[in-house]
Amino acid sequence: MIISVAFDTGGVAAVKDWIRPAAPAQLPKELLDIMGWEETLSSRAATPTYPCLIDEKHVVAELYNMVNVPTAVWINEAGRIVRPAEPAGASDGFRTMDKTTFQMPEAVAAEGKRTRKLYVDALRDWVAKGDASVYALSAAEVRQRMRGPRDNDTLATANFRLGQYLYHQGHLQDAQRYFAEAQRLRPESWNFKRQRWELEEVGKASGPEFWAAVEALGEQPYYPRVELKGGSSPG
Amino acid sequence: MLVTVIYGERPSSVAGAAVDGDNLWLSLDALRTATGWELKPQGACLADMCVPIPTGREDEFVRAGGSQFNLAALARLLNQPVVHDDTHNVWFFGDAASTRSTALLSLQAPDFTLPDLDGRMHSLSDHRGKKVLLVSWASW
Repeated sequence: MIISVAFDTGGVAAVKDWIRPAAPAQLPKELLDIMGWEETLSSRAATPTYPCLIDEKHVVAELYNMVNVPTAVWINEAGRIVRPAEPAGASDGFRTMDKTTFQMPEAVAAEGKRTRKLYVDALRDWVAKGDASVYALSAAEVRQRMRGPRDNDTLATANFRLGQYLYHQGHLQDAQRYFAEAQRLRPESWNFKRQRWELEEVGKASGPEFWAAVEALGEQPYYPRVELKGGSSPG
Repeated sequence: MLVTVIYGERPSSVAGAAVDGDNLWLSLDALRTATGWELKPQGACLADMCVPIPTGREDEFVRAGGSQFNLAALARLLNQPVVHDDTHNVWFFGDAASTRSTALLSLQAPDFTLPDLDGRMHSLSDHRGKKVLLVSWASW
């Protein structure tokens, strides 16, 4: 079972065309490269039949300590987390793309698709083998890889949540003060940063501010490298 | 003063609240209605859990002959994050980091209930007995 959760304070209006497009979209090669979807996977794209939920308050991000999208958690039949929050097959290749043409070097695109395919293959292995899969981590390893929120993180969330409430009451200007404070308190949260930007101006979340923030990471990853098999530490 | 108190994700309009800097004084009735907390001889209680009022600090928590309780002081005692907007008189109380961390480290997937595009509500717990890939995304 897949459950997708959209972290979108803009609600239905922001996500409906992505979940149920008016017509099947043929995504351009550049976008597939950026997302790391190779032909054998992307050609199977269809309107989702699984629950696509809308999380205007970013509640799931708080519960699972997620700071970016796409982030995934694997949960077994007993409701136990067998992989903690981690990038769901996404990689940093997009950082090399030309901001005008959206093209990226072929080798980088190929590596992104390899990363995505490895993740999907691991997922399929778990679906087939359950907890016996090498990709279903032991309880000890899940805890080792997992990080709970710190006091500043929950204060950031409280600011974001107050901002979200004011936004829905129609007080966007006042809400932005709390979104900004959330961003300041938890600068590693791309969810807070990009949501704030997008509410300021549609498209801003992928605009110059975003690229400047990515650039400022320097050698640090945007998507931390994931060690898929158990028994190893994440990179 | 009319104040909106958001506690446990639930907003409540509370009449007769008093704001004093970072302190929010509520009547005991409003406290119970908006948050579930009650003032009892053993301290502030929520269901079966009671938190003693720290000795010597009673004035921080209770005033007006025991008829008003400072919800913000209780939140500070419990390390809950509190944020308030004085323009619109809204107070938000979140969960303590230790509460969230303990829940995560139990490895039991925290439950949630959210709407789909049609407004139909779905809970993670509806899918117990199946493997779940919980995956986040965003339009932005």
